[in-house]
Amino acid sequence: MTHNGKNQGHLFERLYHERLHRRGRAALQGRVGRIKSLRASAPAVRRILHALILTAAVFLFMGAGDDSARFKDLGHRMMCTCGCGQVLLECNHVGCQSSDKMRNQLQAALDKGDNDDLILQGFVQEYGPTVIAAPTATGFNRVAWIMPFVALAFGIAFVVYVVRSWKNRPAPALADGITIPRGSELDEFRQKARKETDL
Amino acid sequence: MSQIGSFALLLALGLSAYSFLAGLVALFRQDASSARLGETARRAGIATFAAVLLAGIVLVVAAFNDDFSIAYIFHHSNRDLPAAYKFAVLWSGQEGSLLFWSLLLAGYGFVLRLRYKTDQRLFAHASVVIASVQVFFLLILNFAAHPFAIMQGALPADGTGLNPLLQYPEMVIHPPMLYLGYVGFTVPFAFALGALIMKYPGEKWIQITRRWTMVTWCFLTIGVFLGAHWAYAVLGWGGYWGWDPVENASLMPWLTGTAFLHSVMMQEKRGMLKVWNMSLIFATFLLSMLGTFLTRSGVISSVHAFAQSSIGTWFLVFIGLTLAVCTFFLVANRSHLKSEHKLESLVSRESSFLFNNLLLLVVCFTILWGTFFPILSEFVQGHKVTVGPPFFNRVAVPVALLLLLLTAVGPLLAWRKTSIESLKRNFLFPAIGALAVGGMMILFGVRPWEDPSYFYATMAAVLSALVIFTVISEFLRGGRVIAGKSQQNLFAAMAHLCHRNTRRYGGYIVHFGVALVVIGILGTPFNKEVEKEMGFGDKISLGPYTLVCQSYTQDDNPNYGNEWAIINVFRGGKQITTMYPERRFYKASGQPQTLPRIYPSFREDFFLVSDVYLVYEGKNETTGRPIIKAHLNPLVPWIWIGLIIMVFGTIVALVPNAAAVQVAATTPVRAPAQVGAGD
Repeated sequence: MTHNGKNQGHLFERLYHERLHRRGRAALQGRVGRIKSLRASAPAVRRILHALILTAAVFLFMGAGDDSARFKDLGHRMMCTCGCGQVLLECNHVGCQSSDKMRNQLQAALDKGDNDDLILQGFVQEYGPTVIAAPTATGFNRVAWIMPFVALAFGIAFVVYVVRSWKNRPAPALADGITIPRGSELDEFRQKARKETDL
Repeated sequence: MSQIGSFALLLALGLSAYSFLAGLVALFRQDASSARLGETARRAGIATFAAVLLAGIVLVVAAFNDDFSIAYIFHHSNRDLPAAYKFAVLWSGQEGSLLFWSLLLAGYGFVLRLRYKTDQRLFAHASVVIASVQVFFLLILNFAAHPFAIMQGALPADGTGLNPLLQYPEMVIHPPMLYLGYVGFTVPFAFALGALIMKYPGEKWIQITRRWTMVTWCFLTIGVFLGAHWAYAVLGWGGYWGWDPVENASLMPWLTGTAFLHSVMMQEKRGMLKVWNMSLIFATFLLSMLGTFLTRSGVISSVHAFAQSSIGTWFLVFIGLTLAVCTFFLVANRSHLKSEHKLESLVSRESSFLFNNLLLLVVCFTILWGTFFPILSEFVQGHKVTVGPPFFNRVAVPVALLLLLLTAVGPLLAWRKTSIESLKRNFLFPAIGALAVGGMMILFGVRPWEDPSYFYATMAAVLSALVIFTVISEFLRGGRVIAGKSQQNLFAAMAHLCHRNTRRYGGYIVHFGVALVVIGILGTPFNKEVEKEMGFGDKISLGPYTLVCQSYTQDDNPNYGNEWAIINVFRGGKQITTMYPERRFYKASGQPQTLPRIYPSFREDFFLVSDVYLVYEGKNETTGRPIIKAHLNPLVPWIWIGLIIMVFGTIVALVPNAAAVQVAATTPVRAPAQVGAGD
C-alpha cells in the first residue's frame, strides 16, 4: 500500500509533471503563436507604438530646452515691477532698476539649477503675486482659466438649444392651395434659381 | 476765452436737455401740438451741435494762443509744441477728450436730425435717445470735468507740455478714429432702442442704420489698428499688442459690433435673431461706455489710462441706467421680437452666423473677464493678480482660430440649407491650397510639434490660407460666369461682379484683409532680438542682416533735445538702407521718449517680409556709446496691409449695388426661396 501508494505518488507526480510540461509547452506554443501573430502584424503595431512614444515624447519635452530657452520662457511669464506694465523681457527702459535686477536674479536661479516652479515661487515671495503675468492654476485663480471655457460650453449648449428649438418649430401656416416643394422637387427649383440668378 | 467756452457748454447742456425732454413729451403725446413740439426738439438737437462745436473751437484756439490761464491748456500744451499737436490737445487729456466725444456725438446727431424725413417717427425716437446720451456727457463736462477751469494763483509762463508719447503723427489721427467708432455706435443703438420702444414694424430700421453701423465699425477698426501701430512705432518694445486693459476696452465693442454686423443679416433676410441683435447692439454701446469708464476711472491700471478721477461714478450710474432701460424694453416688448422663420438645416448660413456670433462673444467675454479678474481677485482673495499676455494668448487664441475657420467656411454656405456636394465643390481647391501652405511651412523648418506657439502659428497660416483661397475661388467662380456672359476679361468681370453685389463681395474683401492681419500676427513666435552697445563700426548680426553703427550724435530744438545713432543695414554684403533710431528728451514735461525706426523688407522678400526694428535704448554713461536693441519681426507689415484691405472692403460694401442684369426667365419659378451663397 505504501509501495503502491509510493508508486501512485510517483505516478501522480509524473502525471502532474507531464501535465505541467504539457501546459508549459502549450503555453509556450501559445506564446510563440502569439509572437508569430504579433510578428505578422508587427509593422502596423510597431508604427502605432512608435507614434505613441513619439507623441508622448513630444508632449513631455514640449517647451523643455536649454537655459536660454527657459530664460526666455520664464522671462515672458513674469511682469516687470517698475510700473511700466510690460512683460519682464519686454521692458525696454535702459537702466530700469527693476527689470535689470530681475533678469539677473532669473539668470542666477537658472545657473543654480532651480526648477521653473521654484524660480517663480522665489519671485512671488520677493515681489508679490502680481509679478506672475497670468493667474496660477491654484485656488481661486483657477476660476480665471475655467470661466472662458465654461462660457464656451454654455454658449455651445445655448446655440444647440436654439437650433433645435428652431428646427422643431412648426412651419408657418400656408394659404390654401400653396405647397412647399421638398426633396427632389426643391432641388429642381434650387437648380433653376441658381441657374437664373448665378452671376 | 474761457467764459465763452463755459457759456457754450452750458448752452449746449440746456439745448440738449430741451431736445431730450421736449422730444420725449412729443413722443408720448399724440395730439396736434406734439408735432410742433417734436420739431422744436429736433432743432434744439441741431443747435446743440453748434454750441458744442463752439466750445471745441474755443479750446483749440486757446491751445494755439497759449492761453495758460485755462488749466487744461497749461497741463497739456506748451509754447514750443508744434501746431499739429496743439490741435491734438483737444483730445489728449481727460476733459478735452470728453468734450471731443460730446462734439462727435453732437455731429452724428446733427446729421441724423437733418435726415429725419426718411422716417420721421423712428428718427424722432432715435433723436431722443441720442439727446439723452448727449445730456450725460454735457453734465460731466459742466460739473465734473470742466475743460475751461481757470488756473489758480499767478499765471504760468509756459505749460507743462503734451505727453511725449502723444507727440507722434499717428496720435493726431488715432484718437479721432477710435472716438468716431465708439461714439458712432450710439447711432445704431439709438435706432435699435427707438425701434424697440415704438415696436417698429419690419426691419427697415436695420436698413436705415446699416451704413451708419458699417462706417462706425470701419472707424473703430482703423482706431484699434492705429493704436496698435502707434504702440509698435512709439513704445519701442517691438510689439503692437500687449493686452493692456485700455487696448482690451477698444477691442470688446469691436468684437460685439462685428457680431452684430453679421447676425443682423439674418434678421434682414430671414426675420430671425431679433432679440439677439437688439442685445448685441445694446452690448456694443454699453461696452463702448465701459471702455471710457475703464480709461477714466482709475479702477484698472494701464499705461494708456487718464489720471484717476471721480467721473468713474458718473459712468457707472449711466451704464447701470442704460442697462436697466434696455432690459426693461427688451422684456416688455419681447412679443414684438418673435422670429419669423425656422432653421432648416445645421449646414446653413444661419447656423454659421450663430456659431460666428458665439465665438466672437466668447472672445469678448474672455477679454472682459481677464480685464476685470484682478479686481475680482482682490475682492475674493484680498490681493490682486496680474492677467497679462500669457493668459489672453492661451485662452483667446484657440477660440480665435476657430473663428478664422468659420470665416473661411461661413460665406460659402447657402441660406437655409447647403448640400454636401456643394460644400465639396466649393472647398476642394481652398482646402488643398491651405494644406499645401501647412506642408510648405513644415518643409521650410517650422516644427509645430516642438512648441505650442509654432503649432498655433501653423494652424493660423493654414486657416488664413483657407480664407484667402476661399475668397479667391468665390471671385473666380463669379468672374468666370460674368466673363462668359459679357465677353469681358476676367478682372473686369470680377470688378463688375463686385459692383453687382457690393455688400457680399466687400465682405469677402474684408475677410481677405482679416486673413492678412492674422498672417502678420503669426510671425510673432519667430521674432528675433539682439541688444548691444555699439561704438563706431560695431556690428550686430540679425537673421540675414548685418547692422553697422556708422555714427551717433545729438541735437537740440526748442521742444526737445535728442540723441540718435546712424545704423547702416547690410544684407548679403550689400547696403540696403540706413536707419536712425532716436531718443528724445522733451523740455516742458522733462520726459524722455524713444522713437524706434522700422524698415519693412518688401524689396528683399515681398511675401515673407520682415520688419527690421531698431530702438535707441539709451547711452552707456561710462563709454558714451549708444545701446541699440534690434528686433527682426517677420510678417508684421502684413497687419497694416490687412487693415488697408479691410477698410477698402468696407468702402466697397458701402457702395450701392449696380443695377442687376435682367435675365429673362423662360419658365416661371414657383418657390422664391433665397438659395445659393448670397450675402
